[in-house]
Amino acid sequence: MASLLSRFCRKLALPGSAHGSRMTSTTACGSETVKSLNLYSAINQALHIALETDPRSYVFGEDVGFGGVFRCTTGLAERFGKNRVFNTPLCEQGIVGFGIGLAAMGNRAVVEIQVADYIYPAFDQIVNEAAKFRYRSGNQFNCGGLTIRAPYGAVGHGGHYHSQSPEAFFCHVPGIKVVIPRSPREAKGLLLSSIRDPNPVVFFEPKWLYRQAVEEVPEHDYMIPLSQAEIIREGSDITLVGWGAQLTVMEQACLDAEKEGISCELIDLKTLLPWDKETVEASVKKTGRLLISHEAPITGGFGAEISATILERCFLKLEAPVSRVCGLDTPFPLVFEPFYMPTKNKASSSSSLSSPSKTHIF
Amino acid sequence: MRLAISATTYRMVLLLRDSHQIQSLVIVTPWWIRSQVLVHTKTPIVMDFPGGKVAFTPEIHFISESNEERVPCYRVLDDNGQQLTNSQFVPVSKEIAVKMYSDMVTLQMMDNIFYEAQRQGRLSFYATAFGEEAINIASAAALSPDDVIFPQYREPGVLLWRGFTLQEFANQCFGNKSDYGKGRQMPVHYGSNKLNYFTVSATIAYSLLTQLLPNAVGAAYSLKMDEKDACAVTFFGDGGSSEGDFHAALNFAAVMEAPVLFICRNNGWAISTPTSDQFRSDGVVVKGRAYGIRSIRVDGNDALAMYSAVHEAREMAIREHRPILIEALTYRVGHHSTSDDSTRYRSADEIEWWNKARNPLSRFRTWVESNGWWSDEAESDLRSKIKKEMLEAIRVAEKTEKPNLNHMFSDVYDVPPLNLREQELLVRQAIKSHPQDYPSDVPL
Repeated sequence: MASLLSRFCRKLALPGSAHGSRMTSTTACGSETVKSLNLYSAINQALHIALETDPRSYVFGEDVGFGGVFRCTTGLAERFGKNRVFNTPLCEQGIVGFGIGLAAMGNRAVVEIQVADYIYPAFDQIVNEAAKFRYRSGNQFNCGGLTIRAPYGAVGHGGHYHSQSPEAFFCHVPGIKVVIPRSPREAKGLLLSSIRDPNPVVFFEPKWLYRQAVEEVPEHDYMIPLSQAEIIREGSDITLVGWGAQLTVMEQACLDAEKEGISCELIDLKTLLPWDKETVEASVKKTGRLLISHEAPITGGFGAEISATILERCFLKLEAPVSRVCGLDTPFPLVFEPFYMPTKNKASSSSSLSSPSKTHIF
Repeated sequence: MRLAISATTYRMVLLLRDSHQIQSLVIVTPWWIRSQVLVHTKTPIVMDFPGGKVAFTPEIHFISESNEERVPCYRVLDDNGQQLTNSQFVPVSKEIAVKMYSDMVTLQMMDNIFYEAQRQGRLSFYATAFGEEAINIASAAALSPDDVIFPQYREPGVLLWRGFTLQEFANQCFGNKSDYGKGRQMPVHYGSNKLNYFTVSATIAYSLLTQLLPNAVGAAYSLKMDEKDACAVTFFGDGGSSEGDFHAALNFAAVMEAPVLFICRNNGWAISTPTSDQFRSDGVVVKGRAYGIRSIRVDGNDALAMYSAVHEAREMAIREHRPILIEALTYRVGHHSTSDDSTRYRSADEIEWWNKARNPLSRFRTWVESNGWWSDEAESDLRSKIKKEMLEAIRVAEKTEKPNLNHMFSDVYDVPPLNLREQELLVRQAIKSHPQDYPSDVPL
């Protein structure tokens, strides 16, 4: 899968493809200057812009001072000073709690959790404090300036504690937003939107793509709207929904299906909470089939929410059951990672994606 | 130790000897070799590790788990309210002293009347601050209105001091449309951005207590960066000091050099859990040093001592950009809340003793009266005035209608997203179909 993805990711640098796919972001076309950047550099650029445009914004977390273990915060401390960009003690509940306090005083706090697998000590702060800050105070107070960034997802050798996709836990919390970009260009725009959104946002970055994904990214300050899904590949036979790194896998499945004459519509959800039901609903009403794919374990994964909602809204238009091609219900394994992952062939073999004339149960 | 050394090293060795690091030095210089030096070390040699220099010791010695003596407790007034000789304290003007005492009385009466209202079924819940009036009022009096407060839930006196009216307290308790919290939380979950008092967070009686502590540190950092003449102040109990957030917050405050006051109301009980089941340290004050934080233990039932401690702590925090830990020793005279009957786990005698012999109100009243600033007449005037105001506040709060149903859906986000707008429609349809399922006092 690694070679597969890296081959595909290099393709991301090329404009468009024969099948009208828009894996590359379509924002801000025109004559702006662009630069070929990988994901961590795009994130870095967004952070530079965020700190530059708001003097009351801060970036902090473990090891953020020297540039961060994934290099996302390179150059920030040197440019903006150690009072605004700094290391914190090794304590996620403290990092997020501190960030909430800063945000509650009207600052923007862009907090880094080193790896999403370590976010759980901060879960109480996120659920019981950040998410309810505005509501419980009757809008006298809010911590909307808080953005929590965390690298998530499989990386090929990460095992239990460097590969998790915990988005489903957070999608169950009214009051926060959950955003996951698929590519460098998307990441920069979505991160700037998240930082500037007046609500606390949890922003998961697909760490697999930090170096692997390269794309033309506009150098200027731009934002991509939250809670708006994007149809990145148009089709008529089946709708596929995903987010983050998994979209590259699904794109491959779409290409394979194309060869068998199946026209696939691929949607990047981008924001999981609150999610854009209307775009997905309109697509499924057109195609009659839905396949959802995510790395996180299938049981209780966010795919279940999408499936249930679409069933409610599109039942009479569905020609097949909704498929979910997801990670398995095991802790994320090391040696067994290739078996665990929702690969393009698993997607292709699922009942939804096989030829509409065949009806076999996977 | 026998060493063969060069001339330069020999000079260094002499320096070491002169600095008394070396006990004796015998220099042997046979003609056929360079100087030999016999060195016996006297005191431990200091070595570098990441984090700085430490002295070595050849003795295996464990630091004791506790000091022989407990950290002494700062007080100004004795149990009878007489000022102790040689007591150091920050002077308090007549105006401040009278307001302090009056507010302590007001707090006590407010608590009494709300508690009774709950017992009568007019309020769903209440938690009193009996026995802790001095902590509440004196700390508030020593702060400035710009200091931001992150309360737990037994500090409504701070709001009272700052001007929150009895009506405003009643509105929140009754969850009516005038409640600033828009009826979303249980009684005593007050908040006021106007008075710099962040909304109470804890779901009382369960394990969620000290989440606001790390928030206070972030807020303090913000005040420092904005160069404000203000600090953040946060309160918690003896039980709260066991939560992870307490440790996270203290460590962060020290490292970030944040001007924040951590005020611990050590009242001996976390619901039914006595401090002996809560920690094995000498209370909470000794934990400050572990994090590099300056700390003090105060008699929480001594209004003057509380005032002085908080006053000094605040100055240090702001001037030196550092956190301060204040452990106020006190006693929770009331039950944990109206959902608790504390006679089930402690003796009524114990409660009564603290209520009488160590009462913060009577001690401070004695001192205020000794200055000629208070009298029995003033006392009875105040009490009847408060009682009247309280009963009126409750009457009005009870009559005021509840917040509109749309407030269930607002403020989850800055703007309600589509899913909430849809859910509101569904709820309204459900109400139309089965109105009897829903309370009739919530306007639609």
